[in-house]
Amino acid sequence: MHLTQHEEDLLESDNDAVRKAMELLVKLGDIYGAEEMIEIESAQASGISYKSIGDPGVEFLEGFAEEGAEASVPTFANPAGMDFERWEELGIDDAFAEKQTRIRDALKEMGIVLSFTCTPYLAGNLPRRGQHVAWAESSAVSFVNSVVGARTNREGGPSALAAAITGRTPKYGLHLEENRQPTYRIDVEADIESQADFAALGSWTGRLVEDGKPYFTGVDSGGTDDLKALGAAMAATGAVALHFVEGVTTEMEPPENVETVTFGDGELEEEYAELTTADDPELVVIGCPHCSPEEIQDVAATVEDKTLTSDLWVCTSASVKTWADRNGLTETIEAAGGTVLADTCNVVSPIEELGYESSATDSAKAATYLPGFCNQDVAFNDKETLLAEVTE
Amino acid sequence: MTSEATNETVDAVDAEPITEGTGRGEVLRSPVPISFYGAVEPDTGEFIEDGHPLEGENIAGKVLVFPRGKGSTVGSYVLYGLANNGCAPAAIVNEETETIVATGAILGEIPCLDSPEADLATLEDGEVVEVDADAGVIRRP
Repeated sequence: MHLTQHEEDLLESDNDAVRKAMELLVKLGDIYGAEEMIEIESAQASGISYKSIGDPGVEFLEGFAEEGAEASVPTFANPAGMDFERWEELGIDDAFAEKQTRIRDALKEMGIVLSFTCTPYLAGNLPRRGQHVAWAESSAVSFVNSVVGARTNREGGPSALAAAITGRTPKYGLHLEENRQPTYRIDVEADIESQADFAALGSWTGRLVEDGKPYFTGVDSGGTDDLKALGAAMAATGAVALHFVEGVTTEMEPPENVETVTFGDGELEEEYAELTTADDPELVVIGCPHCSPEEIQDVAATVEDKTLTSDLWVCTSASVKTWADRNGLTETIEAAGGTVLADTCNVVSPIEELGYESSATDSAKAATYLPGFCNQDVAFNDKETLLAEVTE
Repeated sequence: MTSEATNETVDAVDAEPITEGTGRGEVLRSPVPISFYGAVEPDTGEFIEDGHPLEGENIAGKVLVFPRGKGSTVGSYVLYGLANNGCAPAAIVNEETETIVATGAILGEIPCLDSPEADLATLEDGEVVEVDADAGVIRRP
């Protein structure tokens, strides 16, 4: 791989973390056939929840911080395993909280923004079209590639951290224009209306195309939350990092010479059933990926002056929660019996240890991960339906 | 792979360097891939995965020979933790070093080679070899 003088210097750095970070990127670049490095504008670090990374992860982050690791570009942290303000009332045990706090402290020492969110683009880190970044959370990767038009591969925890420290990443994969073309065409004949419909379209497609790049026709509109749900689902059932929605995210003409399949009303209905294994959820979780202000407004409007008969978690970033607090939305939701949480989500927090066995969600991503990661039976439906079933 | 290279009496086998450095130790070979997370205790090097061919072994100071890594990406952190705790393998030899093991070997500064010009099975459990990741060669001293 061709390296600049500066990059050669980083390989010889006296700072152990910088040297190792550069070695890691060069080696990964060799493995993936990169010819050079590309400078990045921002990074997103994953592998932040103690539940996901365990003691080896705590020791790695602390060790790397001690060796002198420091982010050289704006770097946002993925969700943690708990809300740092409210973990006690949720029943998170002290030992878990202690480890999660050590992770937070190590990230702080490395100069990483303690955003603890999977939607950094809603919380202060929005790249521009064409910019190169190194993001690691799979739904955020899909969103910045597909909706924003920035360029990132699906980074892992260490490779994103190495990119954050050195300010560069090997130039391969989705950093190259020739790799950003559709490989599947999905002709959508079903009516895609709710955010959950977008999620179901995504989970069906991800299972089909795996790590392909689908192009959707027949989806007439889509807001930020819809596209967030679509991408998150495809990145969970498949490994989709880039997709196209005709007239919504791209002006590119539909591809003619790729495998083409149809998604009709039958597929939509079957996908809802596919994602559902429970009919009496103990916990409703909204906010996978983290809620936007609009989603929290919707939840608040639905439960206002009502009483919830199951638990409700609304998960978001600390910054969006600040707005929800100021606008009285948190108060409205909590008066009905719900909880608005920052920093975490139902997948990366230890909900199975909090006594829950079944969850309901409008996220196909959460519905995909909850059975395996959290031992949950799952009910999947749109927010309004789910909340109507548990309010009186 | 040449017929000479598969002969167990050869005293050097060429391979591709993944990291740098030299490590020497007894060969501990697994015929199947390893997922380090959950399989190896980072503070002792003990292999604890139920039913794995290496269950009950200790990888600390060994030349660990296995086809490739698999499983959780946290495996990289386990290799780093083993190195920090002085329990890392002396070296790693793979058929193909994928990103989880490559990342862990780089972060933990563990000498690591892949694509040896002889079948991994020619490296026998218990024999002492020197893995020179700078030169890209496995030597029988």
